[in-house]
Amino acid sequence: MQATKTPVLEAVNISKSYGEKQVLADVSFSAEEGEFVCIVGPSGTGKTTLLRTLSALGTANSGEVRVNGTAITRPPAEVSVVFQDYSRSLMPWMRVGKNIELPLRRYKLSPAERATRVTEALRDVGLEHAKDLYPWEMSGGMQQRAAIARSLAYRPQVLIMDEPFASVDAQTRADLEDLMLDIRARLGVTIVLVTHDIEEAVYLGDKVIVLSGRPASVSATVDVPLGRTRDQISTKSRPDYLELRAKIHAMIMQSPSSVSG
Amino acid sequence: MVPARRLLAGRWGSPLAAQLAVVAVLLVIWQITAGLGQLGAVPTPVEVGRALLAIFASGAVWEPLGTTLAGWAISLLLAVVVGIVVGFPLGTSRLAYRLSVFTLDFLRTIPALVLVPLVVLLYGSGLESTILLAFLGAVWAVIMQTIYGARDVDPTALQTFMSFRVRRWDTVRFLLVPTALPYIATGVRLAAAICLLVTISAQVVIPAGGLGEQILTAQLGGAVPTMYAYIFLCGALGVGANAAFGKLEAKALAWHPSHRKVAA
Repeated sequence: MQATKTPVLEAVNISKSYGEKQVLADVSFSAEEGEFVCIVGPSGTGKTTLLRTLSALGTANSGEVRVNGTAITRPPAEVSVVFQDYSRSLMPWMRVGKNIELPLRRYKLSPAERATRVTEALRDVGLEHAKDLYPWEMSGGMQQRAAIARSLAYRPQVLIMDEPFASVDAQTRADLEDLMLDIRARLGVTIVLVTHDIEEAVYLGDKVIVLSGRPASVSATVDVPLGRTRDQISTKSRPDYLELRAKIHAMIMQSPSSVSG
Repeated sequence: MVPARRLLAGRWGSPLAAQLAVVAVLLVIWQITAGLGQLGAVPTPVEVGRALLAIFASGAVWEPLGTTLAGWAISLLLAVVVGIVVGFPLGTSRLAYRLSVFTLDFLRTIPALVLVPLVVLLYGSGLESTILLAFLGAVWAVIMQTIYGARDVDPTALQTFMSFRVRRWDTVRFLLVPTALPYIATGVRLAAAICLLVTISAQVVIPAGGLGEQILTAQLGGAVPTMYAYIFLCGALGVGANAAFGKLEAKALAWHPSHRKVAA
């Protein structure tokens, strides 16, 4: 995909080591406005490290992350993170509405404006009735929806998601995947989703970044020409979907995992 | 915890009824053995009950009770405030914690009552002395619990706050304090018990007024049932304080897993 505009989020030659152990080697990719980018790689390839760098929660040893062309050194207002562990990312001592309001406190919003943002965000994720519940009064899927709502109310340009559906059951997972496609379509937000699930990556992504090797590097960037409207059953039975899935699977299997370096 | 309580409730009606039954049985055994003169100087529960009624009827109980309650409340308040103020910085700074942990461990193992001679020398035998002793006995519990609480901030929660660029003060208010609160509540409950114990013990040992001195006076005057009446009153205070703090805690920490009304 040849970009003429500046990408919303761009990783440029990111390398990261913990002491002697290098985790990321020269990772580069970019996400255009409104694009759904999935980063896929087997467990332990440094996906979480990459995500921490992308959101400036951790620093890289070399390379930089750019948001709208500007290198970032601390968490930017344009980026919001949805963590895998929603039960620890939502505060159990605050009701859902208050959890969603928390990031808005730093902005000078009137109480009415704040309330509107909370209501809209809850509606966007289908949790209109949950404002006054505590997170622990809801199912896992609902809690992750609440965490997504909190990010939406913050109005980021980019949503970074770290294995967001790894701890929910299959049906809920499918629902949440479709919710994210729907949110991208309606709100035009750019989504970067990290997952170990190839099927999920191909189903959701406009583009799949394949991470492999130790230290991890980008072994391929695969465009997913399945259109923007997807369906759990019909998309997943299309021959081109299956072909892409197999292709990425093969890439991950073939990659030298421990003999590199 | 819950299953055990249910089990007990299922067999014995309610845990409270079962506990009261145990108390009643013990009272009966006490009455019979003391009545037969098998317990030496120990009076029967009936005699103790009569003495208890008498100290209330004559009004003799109010002044010492007030002194004990005042000493207890003031020392507890001081221990809680100082404990939290000292504990938070020590808990949030790894360096401060490492530097102070040895000193803290050393100081908190000194029993408050060994300081009686020193404190009496400095402050005499008034209320200040029992307050200082109780404070010195209890402040460590609050400090340690506050440190544990402040150190327990969840890394994912902290990253969430960082990624949303939540302001420092809001991070203290909405992350650090709520995380530490359950620990502090435990510290306060411990401190309440310690303050009551040390206050009454100091009142006996110094002697420094209050229920403690009444126990001593009754013993010296040979009014054994009255002595037991005061001892009983001290026990009742402890039970009452513990129950009150438990209730307060359940209300303030309704979100906490140990107090939740709805299962997650």
